[in-house]
Parts: sequence; C-alpha cells; structure tokens
Amino acid sequence: MGEPIILVENLQKHYGTVQALRGVSFEVQQGEVFGLLGPNGAGKTTTIEILEGMRTPDGGRARVCGLDPERSGEKFKETIGAVLQSTSLPDKIRVKEAIDLFANFYPDRADTDNLLKRFQLDEKRGAFYSQLSGGQKQRLALAMALVNNPKVVFLDEPTAGLDPQVRREIYDIIEQMKREKKTVLLTTHYIEEAERLCDRVAIVDLGKVIALGTPRELKQRSAGTTRIEVRLAHPLQDGMLTKMEGVADCREFNGTYVLHSTHPPHTIVALVKQLEAQNNELQSLEMFSPSLEDVFIELTGRRLRE
Amino acid sequence: MRNTWILTKIRLRLAMRNKMFLFFSLVMPLGFLFFFAALFGRGRTGWIGYILGAILTMTVMGSFWGLSVQLVMFREQGILRRFRLAPLGAGPMLTSSVLANYIMMIPTVVIEMLVCRWTFHLKDFGNLWQIFLLITFGSFAFSSLGLIVASVTNTMQETQVINQVLWTGFLFLSGATVPLGVFPTWLQRCALFIPATYLATGLEFAATNLAGRREIIIDVIALILGLGVAFEVSRRIFRWEPEAKVPGRAKLWVVAALVPFLIFGTYENIKGDRLARVHQDFDVLNGRAAAPGSSASH
Repeated sequence: MGEPIILVENLQKHYGTVQALRGVSFEVQQGEVFGLLGPNGAGKTTTIEILEGMRTPDGGRARVCGLDPERSGEKFKETIGAVLQSTSLPDKIRVKEAIDLFANFYPDRADTDNLLKRFQLDEKRGAFYSQLSGGQKQRLALAMALVNNPKVVFLDEPTAGLDPQVRREIYDIIEQMKREKKTVLLTTHYIEEAERLCDRVAIVDLGKVIALGTPRELKQRSAGTTRIEVRLAHPLQDGMLTKMEGVADCREFNGTYVLHSTHPPHTIVALVKQLEAQNNELQSLEMFSPSLEDVFIELTGRRLRE
Repeated sequence: MRNTWILTKIRLRLAMRNKMFLFFSLVMPLGFLFFFAALFGRGRTGWIGYILGAILTMTVMGSFWGLSVQLVMFREQGILRRFRLAPLGAGPMLTSSVLANYIMMIPTVVIEMLVCRWTFHLKDFGNLWQIFLLITFGSFAFSSLGLIVASVTNTMQETQVINQVLWTGFLFLSGATVPLGVFPTWLQRCALFIPATYLATGLEFAATNLAGRREIIIDVIALILGLGVAFEVSRRIFRWEPEAKVPGRAKLWVVAALVPFLIFGTYENIKGDRLARVHQDFDVLNGRAAAPGSSASH
C-alpha cells in the first residue's frame, strides 16, 4: 500500500461532557471508496467534519492529502469536495447560478454544464432551489461537491431521508466516482450502501472504530452462520432459543428474535417443535445470509438502526 | 477581492427576487417621506430639505436590519456552512454583505431625492458631495453594526428583538424622526453617544445646506471609525455554524465597537457645538433666525 491520502490517528472530540470520539484511527488509500458505518450518534459526522476542516479535534491527528484540515486554509479547501449532512442554499437561487457560484471560488473548475447533464439537472438549470425535490437537491449538492475537480470527496450520509429510487440514483453517481478513481469517504447507516459502494468499511460505535476491513472480510466474521429472524405470538422464556440445535447466538430486538445459526434447517425444525410443545405460534420467519448488520450485532449487541 | 465581488453579485440578484426586501428598502422609506412631508412640510418648503435628510438617514440606517436578518437566516438554515466549505474566509462573506447593501441602497436614495424635487418642489438638494460621503460611510457603518448583531445573536427571534430595540433608539433619539432640537437638553446630550445622531444631524445639515466643512468631517470620521471597529469586531466573532454559540469574549468585542461613539459623544458634550448648531438650524428652518455664516460655510 502507498502513502494514505487520508490519515486519522487517535482522533478525540468532546461536546461538553459527551465524548463523541474516543480515539478514532484509520487510513484511506488513493482511489478508494471508504465507508464509516454506524448508528446515529456513533461519531461518523464528527469524524468527517474534522476531516473537512469544519470542526477542531480535541486530540489526535488528521491529514488529507498531507494537509492539516484545520490549518491549511484555502489550499486544503481547494483539494476537497463535500456533501454535508445538513446544508441548504438560498431559496431563490437558480440551479445554474448555484453551481457556477461555487465553481467560481476555485482556480481549477469543472465544466458546470457537463456536471448538470451528468447529474440529470440540465432541465432544472433555471429552477429555483426551493422548487427542487429532495432528490434533485441532493444531486445538486453532489454536483457542487465536484465543481473543483477535488482529489478527495466527503459524503456525509448522502442518501439519508431519500426514497429508494432516488437512493439508487445516488448509488450510481457514487459508483461513477469510483470508476473515475476518486477517493471517497462516505458515512452511512445503511448496510446495503456500505456493502454495495465501499472498498473498505470502518464500523463505528460510541466514538470508536470497532471493526475495519473490506465488506467481505468483515462478513467473514459471521461466516458459517445464517441470521434467522422470527416473531412469535407469545414471548419465550429467557435462554430457551439459545439452547436449540445450531444456535450460536440469540438476541431479542423489539419483539423480534434474531438467531445466528450454524445449521439453519436443524434450528428451524427445533424451533417449530418447541413452539408446538408450548402452544405458541410462529408469526413470521425470515432467513438472511451474513451481512455487516450481523457483524455490528455480534460486536455491540445492538442493531444499527435501533 | 474576486470572491467578494462574486458574492456581492449573487446577493444583489437574490435581493431583487425578494419582495420583502423591495418593500422595506423602497416602499417603506417613501411612505415615511410622504408622511413627514404631510406632517412637517405643509406650506414650509424649507423643511423639505430637512425631511429629505431625515428620510435619507432612515434609508441608510435600515441597512443593519436587513443585513443582520439575512445573515442569521443563512446561518440557521445551514447555508453559511456550505459556503464555509469553499475557499472563502469570513472577510469576503461580510464585505459582500456590506457592499451589496450599499449598492442596493443607491437607487432608493436617488428615487427619494427625485420625489422630493418633483413632488415636493425641492429646489436645492443641499451639498451633494457631503450627502454622498455621509450616505456612503453611514451605510458601511450601519451595515457593520448589522454584522455585529448577526454575530452576537443565536436565533432569528433574538435578532429581531435586538434590531427592534436598536431601530427604535436610532429612529427617535437621533433626530431622524423627531427633530433633536425639541428634546430636553439632557436627552440631546445622551443622543450624542448614538451613532445614528452623527448620520442624522450630518445629513440634515448637508441636505439643508447648513453644514460647515468641519462638522461633516467630524461626522464622516465618526462613521469611518465606527465602521472600522464594527467590521473588525464582526469579522472576529463571525460564526458559520448554527449550533456555534456566542463566545464570552464576543461581549467584550461588542463593547469595543461602541468605543468610537463614546469618544465622540464625550468630545461633543464637552467641546463640540453640535447641539448649538442643531438649535440654530432648527430656528433657521422655523424662520426664527437667519442662516449662520451662509456665505462662509458652503
């Protein structure tokens, strides 16, 4: 591996008495799409905003393209592009005006007409920002992140709150960035987003990186187990499911029992027998191959979107 | 400088699309002009010049209101955050606010002057050069004051309350609405510590051709000093983030912004003759005295 384009070492950040980051460390290589996956409040946005130069860390070290985001000023800002989690533009600014406005701040400018075409905003070039849908606003934010041909692109929850169709459109855009060998750091709490888009993922929880690797490597932690989610008519006694054949792990989340089984057919047969014996009813049963969600459950005992 | 001009142009465009802006910056001052003309100017053409000075003062002072509201709204909506990502400092952002405000004010000033000439038959605009200086530096000074208000308030509600308090004080204590000459002496002395007084008395003197060069110089210096300190203070305490709170040191900086007017207020109270001139000019307008040094001062 070469010199990392993003370097994060033992990053710490407090908000009053709340410790948002407790020593986050990772590296991102040039051309890599790197994901920070974790639940709300895990510290993803704080990490990415420190890397964007928007926040000051209390401790640790952050470097992007060898520059200190906090102290490198305009030179640093010219090397990055970003989509913030919460941002907006004036209601009465037109789409073309907005993208040209931001492009004009940089010495190295992308062709904004091309960007509008690429992000399917060409027909909306004369529309006011307030007239755009949520998906169009997000596409504009992504286009604006590329106006300076950045070396590194930061995307903070780029698909949060968007409907599935728009989300897929955004995935296509990020995949195109990936093909163009842009370095992308994105935060998300969507498993499928991290699995589909990221070359490597850091799972973040309570201000710490608790696992790091390619999605495949991380999922191998749960290899050999299948996730079975069941809902029952009546609750079961504690520990009953854990004792069943093949069950490696069992946890309950809001009335849903999540089992990790090494022998799913055996586990299901045992479960049905057990329910019959207790006069209980199976309301639903779903089986899933291992995902990053399972890794998160294994490591934290919680679901990502609890 | 380039970024400042880019931002200024977009602010001008956005303002022209804002109906509220057009109402407050054009319709309202003209409404005041007709109201004052009906109240004070009936049958006394000498007063129209004085009223023009008062209306120009209100137009210039209005800068701080719109500017502070817009910046706080941009901060609350997360618009400033997006600009923070670009290679821009607080300087271009704030300077563009002041410049855009100034450029947008000019047509209003011209319309007000033309209305005074065509509708109220004002023959003489007074000293146009002095009016230009006072309007220019007054606009910059009051815009900078608006930047401070935007920097020290956390929410739009707070901004509106502070603006209301300041606006009321400026409007009624500076001589822009009620002539300073009718106030009790102690209140006139207090008014000498208010930035608006220098603008109001200066513009009224200039528009009625009663100003001496020395008085205008003092007014302009007071406004330039006020502008310089207020701009630097606002640059230092400017916040891009909606959740960033006002730092404790900001309050000290705000006090620093008042220092020039404390100095000028003290000077005018001890050594200056501004109040005497206000009384004298008031008498001239009411036909109770002849214009002072009418051959020397202009």
